[in-house]
Amino acid sequence: MDFTLKIWRQEGPQEEGRMETYPVTGITNDMSFLEMMDVLNDKLIRDGQDPVAFDHDCREGICGMCSMFINGEAHGPNRKTTTCQLHMRSFKDGETIYIEPWRASAFPVVKDLAVDRGAFDRIIQSGGYVSVNSSGNPLDGNAIPVPKADADDAFNAATCIGCGACVATCKNASAMLFVSAKVSQLALLPQGQPERMNRVQRMVDQMDKEGFGNCTNTGACEVECPKGISLDNIARMNRDYLKSQVTGE
Amino acid sequence: MTEMPKHSVALDAKTPEGPLADKWTNHKNNIRLVNPSNKRLIDVIVVGTGLAGSSAAASLAEMGYNVKAFCFQDSPRRAHSIAAQGGINAAKNYQNDGDSVYRLFYDTIKGGDYRSREANVYRLAEVSANIIDQCVSQGVPFARDYGGMLDNRSFGGVQVSRTFYAKGQTGQQLLLGAYSALSRQISKGKVTMYNRHELMDVVVVDGKARGIIARNLVTGEVERHGAHAVVMCSGGYGNVFFLSTNAMGSNVSAAWKAHKKGAYMANPSYTQIHPTCIPVSGHYQSKLTLMSESLRNDGRIWVPKHESDVEGLRNGSIRPTDIPEDRRDYYLERRYPAFGNLVPRDVASRAAKERCDAGFGVNEAGEAVFLDYASAIERYGKTEANVQGIPAPSAEKIRELGEAVVRAKYGNLFQMYEQITADNPYKTPMRIFPAVHYTMGGLWVDYNLQTTVPGLYACGEANFSDHGSNRLGASALMQGLADGYFVLPYTIGDYLADDIRTGPISTDTPEFEQAEQAVKDRVASLLGNNGKTPVDDFHRRLGRIMWEHCGMSRNAEGLTQAIADIQALREEFEKDVCVPGRADRYNPELDKAGRVSDLMELGELMCKDALERKESCGGHFREEYQTPEGEALRDDKGHAHVSAWAFTGTPAEATHHKEELKFENVELKTRSYK
Repeated sequence: MDFTLKIWRQEGPQEEGRMETYPVTGITNDMSFLEMMDVLNDKLIRDGQDPVAFDHDCREGICGMCSMFINGEAHGPNRKTTTCQLHMRSFKDGETIYIEPWRASAFPVVKDLAVDRGAFDRIIQSGGYVSVNSSGNPLDGNAIPVPKADADDAFNAATCIGCGACVATCKNASAMLFVSAKVSQLALLPQGQPERMNRVQRMVDQMDKEGFGNCTNTGACEVECPKGISLDNIARMNRDYLKSQVTGE
Repeated sequence: MTEMPKHSVALDAKTPEGPLADKWTNHKNNIRLVNPSNKRLIDVIVVGTGLAGSSAAASLAEMGYNVKAFCFQDSPRRAHSIAAQGGINAAKNYQNDGDSVYRLFYDTIKGGDYRSREANVYRLAEVSANIIDQCVSQGVPFARDYGGMLDNRSFGGVQVSRTFYAKGQTGQQLLLGAYSALSRQISKGKVTMYNRHELMDVVVVDGKARGIIARNLVTGEVERHGAHAVVMCSGGYGNVFFLSTNAMGSNVSAAWKAHKKGAYMANPSYTQIHPTCIPVSGHYQSKLTLMSESLRNDGRIWVPKHESDVEGLRNGSIRPTDIPEDRRDYYLERRYPAFGNLVPRDVASRAAKERCDAGFGVNEAGEAVFLDYASAIERYGKTEANVQGIPAPSAEKIRELGEAVVRAKYGNLFQMYEQITADNPYKTPMRIFPAVHYTMGGLWVDYNLQTTVPGLYACGEANFSDHGSNRLGASALMQGLADGYFVLPYTIGDYLADDIRTGPISTDTPEFEQAEQAVKDRVASLLGNNGKTPVDDFHRRLGRIMWEHCGMSRNAEGLTQAIADIQALREEFEKDVCVPGRADRYNPELDKAGRVSDLMELGELMCKDALERKESCGGHFREEYQTPEGEALRDDKGHAHVSAWAFTGTPAEATHHKEELKFENVELKTRSYK
C-alpha cells in the first residue's frame, strides 16, 4: 500500500511548526502505524533528511507513551486502540493521512509529534497516592475484604495509561477523565478513604494550575480513550469535590 | 577511552552464615544502620523507574536519604514493568494448597535449573508475602473473589496457585502503585526526578561509585550528578535480539557502562525465550507481543499430527477447527503429563521449536503452534450453565456462557491478539511462537545486591541474582519489588554507614571531568560520522546473528561464528552508521545509536559466555549437551557456578571469574516435569 502523509514538523518548543507532505510506499496490511512511521524515517535518514520525532516505547498499548492525532482523532480511527496497536489494514491504499501532535497548552511540543506530558506527573504528585511507607508490616492483604464490584470498578479506573488522548480530544483540553480515574480508583477502595477528600481537592487544584480546561460533559474523552475509562469517574470526582468543599474536610 | 578499574575485588557473595531460614533475619539484625539525621546527609542515585527503581527510590526517600531518580521515558510511569501481564507470585497459601516459603524457594531454584544462589532465592520467597500486603495498602486493585478476598491463579513450573493478578495488567497496576509511592516522595522533595535523561557513564572515584554522567535527551545537555551510592535498576537487555517483547527503548547501556567501569557481568547468555508470543509477520516488524503465560492455565497447545493437515493449513484449504481431535498432537500433554501445558517456559519453548523444526509449524513460515481455547470455553460454559440453573443448554448457549467467562479472565489479551492479527481467538485457536522475553543474566551482585564496584548496586532484571538459568512466570515482578521495597533499602545502609562524615560528593573532580568529556566526544563522533546506514539496520542484523546462534539452541561452531560476525558488524557500525540531527535537540536516533553500540558489545560477550558454558541448563541449550530424548543435560561437576565477566577492552577478551554455587538445602536433581 502507498500513502501520502501530512505530518506536523516543529523543531523545538519555541519554533513555529508547519505541515509537511511525505509519500510512503511498500506498506503492508499487518504493519502497525508506528512501523509505517519507521519505514518513513528509514527513508528520510537514507535521504539525508531529518526523521520525524515521535514518542513510543512498549508498542503493545500499555505504556501510554505513543501519542498521535491521526486524521483528527486521538490514536486514529479505531476505538479502544493506541497508535502502536493501530494497524495499516485500517486505512485504504492511496489514502492521505494527517498526523499531528496532541494539541493542548498544558502539553507543549518537544519536537514534531512528541509533547511534554509532565503536567500529568505533577497532578499525581499532588495527591494521587495512599500515604503509606514500605515498612514491611502493613495489614495482611486479606485483612480488609473489598467487595468484588468495588475492586473491579477501581481496577477499571486504574487501567488509565496516562497517554493524554482525553486532553487532546477535548475541545477544552480538559484533563478531567485522567484526574477522575485516579481519584475514583482510590475513592472506591478502603485504603483510599482516609485521604479521600483532601486528595480530590489537591488534585483538582493542581489540574487547574497546569492550565487544563474545564469539563463541559461532551464525552469525547470517553469515546477516544484507548482504555475505555468511563465518564462515571468524572461524576464521582465531581461529587467528591463538591462534598469536600461543603464539608470543608 | 575507558579507564580500567584499579581495585581488585574477590568474588565473594557475602552470604550470611546460619540456617537458610534465618539468614536474612540475622543479617538484618547485624548489619550497620544509618541514623535518621545522618540519612539526610546522604545522596543516592537510582537509575531506572520500573518496579525495582520506583520502589527503591520511594523506599530510600521514605527512610530519609536524598534521592535522584532517572528515566529515559517522558514519565517514570512508562518503564517497561508496565507491560507485565500475568501476575506476581507470593507464598501466602491463601488457596490452602500446601504453599509455603520453602515451596516457593524450591520451585524457583528448580525452575532456574539449579543455577541460582540459595540464600538469595530463599530471601526472595520470604519477603514475597510482604509485597502483596504492601501493594494492597497502596491501593493496587488486585483481582478479588466474591467474598472480597484476593484471588490467585497458576503459572508454569509449579503445582500450587500462588499468583496474584489484576486481569492481564498486573505489571501496570504494580508499577502504578510504585509510581504513586515515588510521586509522593517527589512531592515532598525527597526525590528529584529526571525524566527524559539517559545514563551515559558511571563515575568511579577512589574505587567507589560516586555518581553518573547523564544526558538530558530534550536539550542534549551533558550533566554531572554526584552521590554516595548509585543503584542500577535499568532492566534487561532482550533487545539485543532486535525482536523481543521488550519495549523499544529497553537497553543495556546503563548496565554496560557500569560493566566497563568494573562491574562484572554475570551469566549474560541466560536468556528467557517465552513460549507464547504472536509470531513474526514481516521484515519491518519492530517488536513482538507476548500472550501471557496465564493463558496456559486454560489454553491447550497443539500442532497437527499429520503433514497433510499442516499443508492444508498453510495453503488455506482447511481451518484449524476442521482438524478433529484424533489428528491433533497436544505435544506438551504428551511429553510432560505431570505438568502438561504448564511446564516452565524454557521447556515449552524448546518443545515448540522441536515440533516446528520437524515440519509441523502451522503458519506460512512454519514457525507457529496453536494455543486453543475451545475446550476451556466449553468447560467453563457447562459450569456456568449449572450455576445459572439452565437445564439442557444448547451447544451454542454453552459457548456463549464459556466465552463470557474467558472474556472476564483474559479479555484484554484476547482483544490485543485480535488487534494485531485480525483473527478472533474466541472462534479460532491463536497462533503463537517463542520470542525473547527476559534476561536472567545481568550485573553480578552479592547478597547485599552490591556489584563488584563498591557503592554500585543493581536491582531487578538488571542484576543476575535470583532466577538461575530460567525464570518462572510471575517471578520478575516479585523480584523487582522485593529488591526495591524490602532488600536494598536495608542492605545499602551497611555500606552508607561509612559515608556519614563524607559530605556532599563534589562533581568538580578529574574523574567527572574525564567521564563528561568522553561522553561528549562519543556524541560528536556518532553525529559527525557521515555514514550511510541507519542505526536500525545494524540493530536488525545484530538481532539476526543473536537469534540464529545465541537463541533457543546454541552450539560451539555457531557461537564462534557469531563472535566474528558481531565484531565485523561493530567495525562497520563505527565506519558507516548514519546518525542525523543535532546534539542539542531532542534526537531519538542519536539515543538509539548509543544503545545499539552497547548492545553489539554485549552480544559479543553473551556469545562468549554461552561458549564457555559447556552444558545445557534452563534457557541455555547447547546442542552438544542433551539426552537422547532431547532434554537439557546439565553438568553439575563442571558448571555449577555463576560466570562473572570482567571487561578488559574487547568483550570477547573479557576475563572469566567464577562464583561456585553451593547447595546445602536442596539436592541437585535432573529437572523433570514428566
